[in-house]
Parts: sequence; structure tokens; C-alpha cells
Amino acid sequence: MDFFKRHFLVALAAVLGLVAVAYVGSQTKLQILFGVAVPYLAALIFVEGLVYRLIVWARSPVPFRIPTTAGQNRTLPWIKRSLDDKLDNPDTFKYLLGRMALEVLAFRSLFRNLRTELRKDPDNPEGARLIHWSYKWLWLGAIAFHYAFLVVLLRHLRFFTEPVPMPIQLMEHVDGFFQFFVPAVYLSGVVLVVAAFYLLARRITNPSLRYISLAADYFPLFLILGIGISGILMRYVYKVDIIAVKQLALGLVTLHPVVPPGIAPIFYVHLFLVCVLFAYFPFSKLMHAPGVFLSPSRNMVANNRWVLHVNPWNYPVKFTPYLEYEDKFREAMIEADIPVEKES
Amino acid sequence: MAKVPKPSELLPGISYQPPAKGWMDVKPDFRPGTYCNPAAPKWMEWIGYPYPQARSIPDNNWGLPDNWQEIVLQGMEDRLDRFRSLKVFFDICVRCGACADKCHFFLGTGDPKNMPVLRAELLRSVYRRYFKKIGRVLGEIAGARDLTEDVIKEWFFYLYQCTICRRCSLFCPYGIDMAEMTLLGRELLASIGLNIDWAMASVAQCYDKGSHIGATPQAFKDMIDFLAEENERITGITTTPSYNRKGAEVLFVTPSGDYFADPGSFTLMGYLLLFEYIGLDYTFSTYAAEGGNFGWFISHEMGKRLNSKIYAEAKRLGVKWILGGECGHMWRVCNQYMPTYYGEPVNFLEEPVSPITGTRFENAKVHKMVHISEFTADLIKNDKLNFDPQRNAHIKLTFHDSCNTARGMGIFEEPRYIINNVLPEGNFVEMPPNTIREKTFCCGSSSGINASENMELRMQGGMPRANAVRFVHEKYGVNHLGCICALDRATLPTLLEYWIPEVDVTGITEMVGNALIFPDELERTTDLRDRPLVGFEEAAEEDAEEGE
Repeated sequence: MDFFKRHFLVALAAVLGLVAVAYVGSQTKLQILFGVAVPYLAALIFVEGLVYRLIVWARSPVPFRIPTTAGQNRTLPWIKRSLDDKLDNPDTFKYLLGRMALEVLAFRSLFRNLRTELRKDPDNPEGARLIHWSYKWLWLGAIAFHYAFLVVLLRHLRFFTEPVPMPIQLMEHVDGFFQFFVPAVYLSGVVLVVAAFYLLARRITNPSLRYISLAADYFPLFLILGIGISGILMRYVYKVDIIAVKQLALGLVTLHPVVPPGIAPIFYVHLFLVCVLFAYFPFSKLMHAPGVFLSPSRNMVANNRWVLHVNPWNYPVKFTPYLEYEDKFREAMIEADIPVEKES
Repeated sequence: MAKVPKPSELLPGISYQPPAKGWMDVKPDFRPGTYCNPAAPKWMEWIGYPYPQARSIPDNNWGLPDNWQEIVLQGMEDRLDRFRSLKVFFDICVRCGACADKCHFFLGTGDPKNMPVLRAELLRSVYRRYFKKIGRVLGEIAGARDLTEDVIKEWFFYLYQCTICRRCSLFCPYGIDMAEMTLLGRELLASIGLNIDWAMASVAQCYDKGSHIGATPQAFKDMIDFLAEENERITGITTTPSYNRKGAEVLFVTPSGDYFADPGSFTLMGYLLLFEYIGLDYTFSTYAAEGGNFGWFISHEMGKRLNSKIYAEAKRLGVKWILGGECGHMWRVCNQYMPTYYGEPVNFLEEPVSPITGTRFENAKVHKMVHISEFTADLIKNDKLNFDPQRNAHIKLTFHDSCNTARGMGIFEEPRYIINNVLPEGNFVEMPPNTIREKTFCCGSSSGINASENMELRMQGGMPRANAVRFVHEKYGVNHLGCICALDRATLPTLLEYWIPEVDVTGITEMVGNALIFPDELERTTDLRDRPLVGFEEAAEEDAEEGE
């Protein structure tokens, strides 16, 4: 089996295995395990793992100030810097915040994305030339995916709150605005699944991407697809007992866990996959979410020349001192009329 | 030296289709022309680098020390502890592939391991195997692999096919910077004796004598004096550079490329004319004779060892501030590393003030060093320079932003401002927007790999840049590629000779030198390269005939 198949199938098998475990497990007397123990454990691992990883990162210093500059830097006062320049080469903390906000909220760097291709060109003596064009599909897929995920996540707060806060109700309302099905279809869920399929499809169909993709890239996608699909099935097809689910969810957050009878297995599959996702998060590439805040090429002000950046482990190094150099070349220097410290 | 295939053979041969075998099973193909020779032991001995020994890549004699594995892993652990960047960049990549077709080496070779994401995985896979539980347990399926001699060879091959240009980091949604990983990976290679000869020779020479080319103080002076004489011959203006002169107001530091060979030397002639014109009280130093820093291409420490001489010399000579010449990586180092290397405020120097215009360079108030393009732009803005742009009328220019000044500093407007003042209107055109400014393409030979034995690789790596130059050459008749980088001036002529021989390379200050009108100058019929000015072609032809 080749590299791609191995990584793809292992990830797929792992997620299918998890589905099976939850499906079978929830039909036995282990509902308390899947409904209570696993969620608590997952929450614990998520928080502890996240904190641990952040501490591990933060323990290493940032020895040099190395922002990737993508606009005109601050030099002479009459050299105009556009807002883009200020945001892409931030000289003050204010613009740094702007840069980070754009990066985190609008995926600024991905928005810059280009495609470059070698095209046949008979007019060219070599018969081909490179062309570059703006390519926003990855940005669109990524932004749709992440915002849909966020909305879905926030929308789920209605299971954990009683009464449901106004903003959540409002969001639900907007999300379900297009009432073409009963119950109203949440756009976010559909977008999430479609975007995840896009991200998966490009990984498989683009030869370069397929070449670099690891099981660790497929696994979270399968997991999220599993979560999305089970969620959609639960809401629109199997019509899980919402009252019971809310009872369970409220029990979890109020630390008075209960497992109401009669919740369909598909719910336990959904819940279990969510738990796995949370527990997996701190140990995986999903840490790109907190990681982007700690990326030295993005989160530093480009003010090297007027604010000193101190490297905590800076140490003296050996270099040839001037006098040693002069000792070696003194005679020749004197002969060439180059001033010296000592005449002999 | 291996024969380089012709452009018409090379370009159509590029395929972006990855091989059928998984990347962990594909070994690098050390084909002559695609790799740099390992460093000769004497250079390593000069600077006290470990495990000096004659090595040969074709003979498969890599002479690694017995405990090489332990050294590399310990080195990786140390660097993870010292560089947050490394930890974060190792942990957060999602392999989205946005960086893949941004790398000039990938575009030029089609080798998937030149996609920055996969080049990084070459290091990351070892990190996962030895520093991550999941990698230790699951191995390959977790993207982990053992650190074998083959892996080291692969690192050596691909980490020297990265020119630290940071184009990938610009497009990465998390700012993951291959340059950072390449630098640290090269440090690991150096720790077991693996370095490339071209970079190491330059470093050792610079360390020992004062510049990459190993010029002795008298040779350094000779070269610059010669260029001053050339100036006098062509313009009738006596320029009077001084050397190691205490009490000068400004120490001028520029890369050796500017006094060593054409066309960099013409830029140096431009500096001399400019400084003469404004009566700048400046001195060269034979000791801090190198602005460039090949040390930084080998390790952060070596970068600091070479860089330290600049402040030390400024202090000894008692100058007020430092003026830096046109150079790319020099300015990445001077901008992002130099003050931090020094570690404390540089109190023996003063906040730079232009003695001619009185402008305070507040942006350099801690660092105390001014870029020649900032300095010149300020002179022009304050109307201190008198130009005849017609003297550059034979130059139809496009401007190459050097990677380091673009993505490690952000100096875009000053050189363009100067260009627009020294060229006749309409003689400057930009290359396509996706290939300039922050999105600029590397010359393909930076970061110490501008050797001759890897010429095929250099021509491949420079292909995207050359391709954009060809576009403006054909569309607008561009015949010169301008740059503010001495390494560019050393490498781009070779690249263009290969891909578009009709285009020459020029520094920006060279064109300043061409255009400056001195009150007492000779009548100018040629530029600083002895090429006839527009309107004087016939005179030049007559001269040539008389000569025959």
C-alpha cells in the first residue's frame, strides 16, 4: 500500500472505529460512560493539554525580532505608508493588533494566496513561461469552514443554558433564516460539511498536496465530517429527543450529570466524536489556532532599529579584535598609508 | 564542472508531478550541478568549527563523527529550548500547501521536497520521532522517521536549496518561516561537520582578514583606489576615499561584492561620486570591510561573530554613525539581528543625522545605522543633488526587490524614489505585481549558495525571477535590472546571461553616479561602464575605430 493510501485509510479506519465504538457502546449499559465520563475526561484533557502546550511554547524565548515585513517600513516622514503598509509592516503596537486581528479573523495571509503555473507558450524561446494569478478558493474554503464551525459551536450553547441567552437565540434565528425544510435548516451546519469536503477533496485531488498529507491531516477532517454528518442526521432524519439531550447537557455543565433514557445512539456517536476532537486538539496540528498568536513572524512590531530587542540567552562570541588584526597586517598597512594604532 | 543544460532543455523539463513513491522512501539525487561541495577542512579550522575533514559527496564519504546522532538530537533539543519559533513552526503546520508554489526552488526544479512545507517536514519528521510521544509510538503513520545518515544527506541537499528568502512565510496563514528552520537546520549540520565550501570559505576569509573575498587591508585599499581613479578618468572628478580614519563622522560599510567585481564595482564608483559631491566626512574600514554576512547563513553565532566587527570598529574610530551600502542579507542582519546581537543600546554612537540636510533618522535611533537608499532619497528630497537623467537614457530599467530587504525590512519606496529621479521619465517599468515588492522572487543563489559547482540548481532557482524579467523585456524593451543588493549583482548577471542575455544588472547608486552633475566635471560621453550615452554613440564608434 502506498504512502497516500496508508495515511488516508488509517485515518478513515480510526474515525469509523470511533463511530462503531460509540454506536455499540451506547446500546449497552455503558451510556453513563459515553454520556458523562467521556465528556468530562475530554474536557479535562482539552484544558490541561492546551495549557500544557502553551506553557511548553512560552517557556522558549523569542531571541530575535523577526517579523515578516510585507509593506513599506517606517523611515523618512515624507515616505508615504498606506494603511496596508502599516498593517503588513506594523511599526506600532496598534498596527500590530490590526495585523493580528486581520490574520486571525480574516486570514489575511491566505487571502494573499497565488497560484503559479508553468504554461506552454510558443512565443517564448523556451516554449513555456510561468504565470501567477490570485487564487482565493483556499481562502474561501478555509474562512467558510472556520466561521461555520464557530457558529455551530456557539449555537450549541442553547443546550447548555436555560433560559437560552438572547444573542444565541438571535444567531439561531439568522442561521435558520432560509426555511426550506422542517425543522429549519441551519446554514452553518451545511456550510461546515461542504467546506470540510472541499478541504478533503483538494488534499486528495491535488497531487502535491496528496504527496505531503499525513494521517494527521485526514483524521481531523474525517472526525469533523463525522461530527457534522451525525449532527445533521440527528436533527433532520432521526429527530433525536431534544428535551432529553438538553437535560443531559445541562446536567454536565451544572455538575449534576444525568443520563435520561431514550436518546438515540446517533447522539452518542456525535457526542463521542466531539469528545475525541477536543481531547485530540492539544496534541495535534489543530493547535494552529492558538499557535498563530505566538508566531514570531507575525506577532512582533517591526521596530528593530529604534527599540532594542533583548535576547535573554545572548552570549559573548569570539571574533578577531582589531589589534590582533593590525598585528598581522601592520607593516603592509603602514606601507599602504593606512592609519594604524601602533607604529611597530 | 557539470554542464548546465540549455534553457530550452531545462524549462520544458520541469514537472510538478510528484514521484509515485512516498517521500520518506525517495533519496536525494546528488547529480553534479545541483549541490554545493562540502567545506574544505582548512576553512573550518580557521574559525574553529567542529569535525574538519576532507569530504566528498560522490564518494559517499561524509565522515560523520561517531556520535553524530546524539549531537544532532541534543542540538535540536537546545534549539527548541532557545527558539520559540522552532517549537511553534514545528507544531502548528497544517500542511495546507499554500507555500508550495511560492518557492522559487520548487517552481524551478519541480522537486516536491522543495515545497517549503515538505522541506520543513524533513526536519519535523525527526522532531516527531524523538520529541513527540505519538511519533515515538506510531512512527511513520504519525509522520515520524528515524534519524539516519540518509536523512542527514537529505537535509544537506535540501537545506542548501533554500535561500532563506521568506516568500513562503509571507503566504503561510501562520507565518511559518522556512528561513528560520533552514538556518537552525544548517546549524545542526554544521555541528557534525557538514558545511558548504563556498559559504565556509567566505566566512573564514571574512573572519581572518576582513571580507568574504579575503582581501588584505592593502588589497582592499587598492581596489577602492582603483575605482576612484576610474571615476576620475571618466568624470574628471577626484574622489578621495579614506581608510580607517579616526574622527570621521560616518563609517561606511558595504559588501565586498561592491568592490570586488563588476557590476558591483560600478555601484561603488557611484557611492564615491555621491559622497564626494555632498562632501561627506566618511571613512572606509579595512577591518570592518564586509557588510555582507555569510556567517549568518551558517549559524546565528557565526552571524554575530562576523557582525560584531562593525560596531567595534565604529567605536574604535570614534565615528558618529554608520552608513550601510546596498545589500540584501546584510540589511536583514543589520535590521533584525545586529542590535540584538550587540545586546545593549549602542551609546558610543549618536542618533544618525544627515550632515547635509540635517534630517534626523529617527527610525535608526537605537541601531545607529542608515541605509544608503534612505540617505540618498533624503538628499534628493531636500534638493541637494543635481541630476541629468538623460545620462541614464540608455537604461530601460525594471527593479528587483531583494528578498531580504523586502520581507526582512520593508524598504520599497526609497529605491523607487531614487530611480524616478535619476532616470528619464518612462524609463522605469515594474515587473508583474505578483513578482515584486513583498512578493518578490529570489535571485536563486543567495544564502551562500552562489558557488559555481551548483550552477544548474542556481539557474533553476532563479527561473521565476528571470521569467518575470523576460516578460518586461519583451513587453517594454527593458534592458537593465536594478537592485539594491550586492549578492544580486554577483548572481543575477549569471542568471540573466543564461535566461535573457539582453538584460544587464545595475545597482541604484551606479545610476546616481551616472546622473550627478558636478560643476567642474569633464564633458560626459559615457556612463561609469564606459558605455556611450544616448547621443554620443557615434563619438564612441569613432573612438573605437581610431583605437583599431
